[in-house]
Amino acid sequence: MTDNFTTLFNTYNWEQTKQSIYEKTAEDVVRALGNNKRTLEDFKALISPAAAPYLEQMAQLSRQATLKRFGKVMQLYVPLYLSNECNNICTYCGFSLDNKVRRKTLSPIEIMQEVAVLKEMGYDHVLLVTGEANQTVHTEYFKAVLELLRPHFALISMEVQPLDTEDYEVLIPLGLNTVLVYQETYHREDYKKHHPKGKKSNFEYRLETPDRLGKAGVHKMGLGVLIGLEDWRTDSFFTAVHLGYLEKKYWQTKYSLSFPRLRPFSGGLEPKVEMSDRELVQLICAYRLLNEEVELSISTRESVVFRDHVIGLGITSMSAGSKTNPGGYAVEPESLEQFEICDERTPEEIKDMLKEKGYEAVWKDWDRLLQ
Amino acid sequence: MLTIADKVFNSRLFTGTGKFSSADIMEQALLASGSELVTVALKRVDLKDKEDDILSRLNYPQLNLLPNTSGVRNAKEAVFAAQMAREALETNWIKLEIHPDPKYLMPDPIETLKATEELAKLGFIVLPYIHADPVLCKHLENAGTAAVMPLGSPIGSNKGLKTIDFLEIIISQSNVPVIVDAGIGAPSDAAKAMEIGADAVLVNTAIAVSRDPVKMAEAFKIAVIAGRMAFEAKLGSINSYAVSSSPLTSFLDD
Repeated sequence: MTDNFTTLFNTYNWEQTKQSIYEKTAEDVVRALGNNKRTLEDFKALISPAAAPYLEQMAQLSRQATLKRFGKVMQLYVPLYLSNECNNICTYCGFSLDNKVRRKTLSPIEIMQEVAVLKEMGYDHVLLVTGEANQTVHTEYFKAVLELLRPHFALISMEVQPLDTEDYEVLIPLGLNTVLVYQETYHREDYKKHHPKGKKSNFEYRLETPDRLGKAGVHKMGLGVLIGLEDWRTDSFFTAVHLGYLEKKYWQTKYSLSFPRLRPFSGGLEPKVEMSDRELVQLICAYRLLNEEVELSISTRESVVFRDHVIGLGITSMSAGSKTNPGGYAVEPESLEQFEICDERTPEEIKDMLKEKGYEAVWKDWDRLLQ
Repeated sequence: MLTIADKVFNSRLFTGTGKFSSADIMEQALLASGSELVTVALKRVDLKDKEDDILSRLNYPQLNLLPNTSGVRNAKEAVFAAQMAREALETNWIKLEIHPDPKYLMPDPIETLKATEELAKLGFIVLPYIHADPVLCKHLENAGTAAVMPLGSPIGSNKGLKTIDFLEIIISQSNVPVIVDAGIGAPSDAAKAMEIGADAVLVNTAIAVSRDPVKMAEAFKIAVIAGRMAFEAKLGSINSYAVSSSPLTSFLDD
């Protein structure tokens, strides 16, 4: 067993992997559908173009597997954007350093104003989001925020810059339960193109973040790529490889996957690769057919119609009522958004929709006393 | 080929030396099995005597000795036995067997984990015999085990793979080789274990007590090869899927 994922990752070649996915045949797909336990080769078949005619079968199987493992409940979470300051240039992100807009980092008083609104909405699970500005938004800041928020939320997740193992070891006992860290793309060269400046340009440091989280003993971690930067099938395959590696090595950690599709923002990049709704459904089902235990999450980036329908197909958690700007709920609703959201329904409306579909909205799925 | 620690094995059939009607039959059966790893119960051999009836029959270049600690009741005794074996047999490989229960010989998970931690620190290549417990396997990995040896059914029972559901979980999440040990009663059990992805099997009783141990050893050799080949070739699917009358994806056509 290697000490980090880079060693395993380096045994793969992007172009060869891509080719092997595109070469999968209908026969491979049928075999993958019929198998009880599916391998990474089966996953390649399920995300390949050859699987397109089998989408309905995939959806039926994915639904069955999801119901068996998760039942008819949906975890709800809400992002809390703490800061849009960022030292990185990311060609696709509204917080990018070269995007000339007013920057803001919430003060403790402002955070509590936001919290009041989120609590009123019914949330007990919050996802903290920032850009990467190490001079202002650093471990000390996160420590202070966790101490502030812990009494108010049962579960606190974080989607911020990658940190060192020691930083995570400090934050986890303070109530940090889940960390999301998306690789953006596993295409090494394109990664460099999209992240030309800032600490984020270090591909390996980001690639090994889940290893650092695993070593620190985090309860749950979320993986994914930003769909639109590179060939989504190849990127998703590498996500699956990464997930499999982590599950075996950090076996006490839970895992979730997200599939953010590139969304418009002010001055932003057009996606290099378009992924259709049909293809996103294919990907969601393929992940579920590969892994019956992993949590699959869908954000408000997606449309109302899409979100309403994928609930029964494999998704187990979703955000609702999201604002993607610091202070967006109460303090400064007009500040810069990271990206535009698509489903603008309130959490109450989402809850009603879920109820209508026979699902229960779960606002609390953890207790801080357990940590 | 299978690698455990720094050793490469061509054969995925490991064998034991107990219960044979004579040392002669044992020797012939082991040779017929093609096995390259043979367990020897420390309690049964005379470590000081090179002419020991069992040890003297295992003097082939392809045969690696795997002393086992059968008979010990706790971690302390196991560590002591392993150190003795290392000195006498000049091998740092040890099959850790701690079963304080004399009736069913069920392995003690707590003492096994303790002993594995300690033996790994002392530089031993530890192969612990355990119940088919997936969580214990992960703890053993963290403790530095070289492989795990979950049982298929109670030792010596010939009942086959009663623990198959748990073996499958262990195999799916293991970072170290999984050797199915104990309970394998027929070549078809060994083939099944290999088909589900076990890295090797260890067989003793089924060979030793058969009417023709030499022939049975050969049968196991072939079964293990066949099972492994089937695993590598990927078995065909056996379940079918149905398409519901109310499609889940029709919204994509709107």
